[in-house]
Amino acid sequence: MSDLSIVRAHQFDDIEQQHDASWIGMWVFLGTEVMFFGGMFTGYTLYRNAYPQAFASASNHLDIWLGTINTAVLICSSFTMALAVRSAQLGERKPIINFLLLTILLGAVFLGIKFTEYYFKFEEHLVPGAAFNYEASLARPAEIFFSFYFAMTGMHALHMIIGIGLLTVLIIKARRGRFSAVYHTPVELVGLYWHFVDIVWIFLFPLLYLVGRHL
Amino acid sequence: MNEQSIERREHYLNVNYGIRSWLFTTDHKRIAWLYLLSVTFFFFIGGFFATLIRLELLTPQGDLVQAETYNKLFTMHGVTMVFFFLIPSIPAVLGNFLVPMMIGARDLAFPRLNLASWYIFILGGLFTVAAAAAGGVDTGWTFYTPYSSIYSNTHVALTVVGIFITGFSSILTGLNFIVTIHTMRAPGMTWFRLPLFIWAHYATSIIFILGTPVIAIALTLVGLERIFHLGIFDPALGGDPLLFQHLFWFYSHPAVYIMILPAMGVVSELIACFSRKRVFGYGFVAFSSLAIAVLGFLVWGHHMFVAGQSVHAGMVFSLLSFLVAIPSAIKVFNWTATLHKGSVSYNAPMLYALGFIGLFTIGGLTGLFLATLGIDIHVHDTYFVIAHFHYIMVGGAVMGYLGGIHFWWPKMTGRIYPEVWARIAALVIFIGFNLTFFPQFILGYLGMPRRYHVYPPEFQVLNVMSTAGASILAVGYVLPLLYLMWSLRYGAVAGANPWRARGLEWQTASPPPTDNFDRTPIVTEGAYAYEKEPEEIYTFGKPAHV
Amino acid sequence: MAARVDALFFFLVGVSLFFAALICILIVYFAIKYRRRSEDEQPAPIEGDLRLEILWTVIPLGLTMVMFVWGAKLFFVTYHPPSNSLEINVVAKQWMWKVQHPEGQSEIDELHIPLGRPIKLILTSQDVIHDFFVPAFRVKKDVLPGRYTTLWFEATKAGEYHLFCAQYCGTQHSGMVGRIVVMEPTQYQTWLSGGTTGIAMATAGAKLFQTLGCATCHMENDTGRGPSLVGLFGKTVQLQGGKSMVADETYIRESILNPSAKVVAGYQPIMPTFKGLISEDGIFQIIAYLKSLNRQEGAQAQK
Repeated sequence: MSDLSIVRAHQFDDIEQQHDASWIGMWVFLGTEVMFFGGMFTGYTLYRNAYPQAFASASNHLDIWLGTINTAVLICSSFTMALAVRSAQLGERKPIINFLLLTILLGAVFLGIKFTEYYFKFEEHLVPGAAFNYEASLARPAEIFFSFYFAMTGMHALHMIIGIGLLTVLIIKARRGRFSAVYHTPVELVGLYWHFVDIVWIFLFPLLYLVGRHL
Repeated sequence: MNEQSIERREHYLNVNYGIRSWLFTTDHKRIAWLYLLSVTFFFFIGGFFATLIRLELLTPQGDLVQAETYNKLFTMHGVTMVFFFLIPSIPAVLGNFLVPMMIGARDLAFPRLNLASWYIFILGGLFTVAAAAAGGVDTGWTFYTPYSSIYSNTHVALTVVGIFITGFSSILTGLNFIVTIHTMRAPGMTWFRLPLFIWAHYATSIIFILGTPVIAIALTLVGLERIFHLGIFDPALGGDPLLFQHLFWFYSHPAVYIMILPAMGVVSELIACFSRKRVFGYGFVAFSSLAIAVLGFLVWGHHMFVAGQSVHAGMVFSLLSFLVAIPSAIKVFNWTATLHKGSVSYNAPMLYALGFIGLFTIGGLTGLFLATLGIDIHVHDTYFVIAHFHYIMVGGAVMGYLGGIHFWWPKMTGRIYPEVWARIAALVIFIGFNLTFFPQFILGYLGMPRRYHVYPPEFQVLNVMSTAGASILAVGYVLPLLYLMWSLRYGAVAGANPWRARGLEWQTASPPPTDNFDRTPIVTEGAYAYEKEPEEIYTFGKPAHV
Repeated sequence: MAARVDALFFFLVGVSLFFAALICILIVYFAIKYRRRSEDEQPAPIEGDLRLEILWTVIPLGLTMVMFVWGAKLFFVTYHPPSNSLEINVVAKQWMWKVQHPEGQSEIDELHIPLGRPIKLILTSQDVIHDFFVPAFRVKKDVLPGRYTTLWFEATKAGEYHLFCAQYCGTQHSGMVGRIVVMEPTQYQTWLSGGTTGIAMATAGAKLFQTLGCATCHMENDTGRGPSLVGLFGKTVQLQGGKSMVADETYIRESILNPSAKVVAGYQPIMPTFKGLISEDGIFQIIAYLKSLNRQEGAQAQK
């Protein structure tokens, strides 16, 4: 049991207490994230209710194919993340690193597609501000839609970038052999975080991309 | 106990020296000191702004500063006091120091996160000080749109970034407290044996966690609107200026409970110790803290009764606002009942606690005026509101903070403060406070609006009275600064338990060792078992040091 | 109304004085009676008393509910101006009040009104949020950009009263003050007809209706591209998408500035926006004109 005492921080009495504390801590943190994104979702909902036509029209200007691909990419990345957590629980080392790398790769693909979409919007004069250009009768609420689009997806992208940073730190630790079947809490916690960021996107995608679309 | 035995015994203050041992500490007690110095700094900055405001208001004309400067003064006073003093003060100073000790733990659950919290707080403060130095901000601490998002020509973005960053400090502190209280209580320390200070901080942490992110996003959206011209609150685009008010007050109302709940926790400790008996109705006081935290999230619309909400929304918020007053009333009655058949001593902390109960009662009762729809129409946005919240925040929270600092000073420093000077200061503060703020209730009823740089001459007499009181209050605040610093060198040396209190924090040396307890405490009784000796309440098990 | 607000106010003052005094007296009394007389004194432990807890929960609850109901009733009255109110339009801007009487008189930072008659103010802002506050009448309402808010009062004593802006609005917020001048009805009539005569708002509105081109689509016989507006004001309109709403001041303002937001059922969303082409004063004049069409229609129907 001596290697366990290396990973127990001095303020905790035993490993179980440390593990419990870490879990509760991450869930509480995710609670704050729900409130954070919740503010934006609330604002979005109120304006969509007030301007349904303009929001539907503006939503149709988003590239539904890129959005769908991104959704698939992110769901896959959650899968690879779950596989990484599984490998950690089994005490493996190389599979953890490989699955974490895959997750980062998929996350990078997501971000690449996202920023490409941003670039297209810039070209189409759909970025709010002086250069915004839209059909006159719907222009103002459409600009509000795009304000929410950039604010919400931008905030989400920022969380993804932070997530990729966390995954990188995990890879470094895994390479140094810091995880085992008995101790792999950081992998589990980052997994929770990554799944949460994924779930936020699952809400964002239909709300932003699928307003008033018909198959 | 003499001078030499303090120096020979190792404790958290002398275990190592040097600036690096402080700036890179993970000891919750040292982090509490880092916060103590920072919030004191911000308190006097905010007080400086207040001084200029009261000086200007001596005369009806705007003769001391220009209108734009005055608007910046009241904005900066509010921002500094609310975000950089009131919200952190008790939780980050007394909470950080005492939460682990009161539950018998060696530290908080996440000590490095705790240190990060302080650095984040300082970073946020730097941004805000930078905004002030660059010319200030003039939107009022409430940042109402579209004035703040479009019309103001001042450093709004810089200030909201500062507040946003500081918000993370609150969130991380709250997270740390919740996890610590859930998972790290000593053996035998069940929930209903916890001191009421812990219940209060637990409830406060819930508000930190659920509320702070919402103001983060509200201010972020204002910042984005200013920098990138996103049009979320812009009425010219069809945006809703009221949306900001809802998002802002959804946090900022619970925020006032963040400011008062910890002070109520302190008062419970003080009343129990200086009556030498347990708090009357412990369970009711504990649950009322939780009730205030929960109900506090449901009343934000009472800041918007005349803002253009529907009449039905107004009625719902009014009803809920009356309900949230009830738990506070329950506490006041229970504290008063604790004095009955107690053994009451008049040490300075007790004077602050008794003053708190009186002033908080007045502040809380005037809150009922504001919750009453028919009356709020008249006094909303007048000096009545200003008087109300200063009674709670200054007459309540600041008095609670000072009472706590005095009470736990021996534990934190190993020194006793000079009792005579402390009682004098408490009295000066009490008198100065009432003279400053009571006339403002009358001013508000007579119709003097808030945030007015110039005012009709018929309001002058009451304004002069208020400024006179403020000058007395200022003296009262400077006194503790002086004698507390004096006591660090010349104060009498304190024993482990100079007040003969029953809390766990008093069962270890003053100042405590780095790991708080030499041996793990085991708890067999509830808090405030004053009828028993400490040995009957706590036993000490295996050595705590790892 | 002011007297009713004061009655409630002083009821609360009474209750507050009672409880504040009760607590303060009890504290002082207990602190003295039970002061520590010896260092080793040990009071008997007292846990609590459920009956007391119930008592001091139920009594405050009862009192606060009385306050709530009383206050809510007063509040409700302020939201329902009498139907015979004299309507006056107010546009707030940094940092002045522009008052527009229906007969055409306009004022800056002053409002002349007759006593004994309910006055309904329709307010909007050209820029930031302001607040119309008359302490003497115990009335206050925020004035918002992009929306209309209303407040009403009835003055009972002639005289001059303070008007304050009570929502911080920028540099000259404390300079945005004025006065309400309450006059005997006959004096008010004299004041209306004296001084610079403005055009009646409805007449000005009729002119705007022509010059801005509204008449080209909104023809009276309903043959134009847009619906006829005769008798529209106050009527319930059927919108595209199944919703219906009452055509009030806010609806008309939105239809002028953001026409595609609510399109009448059976019509195309082709109305252009007049944002930037018409001022808040102009919108008030159009509204006054449309209200006058109701009276005309009523008069014609009676013939």
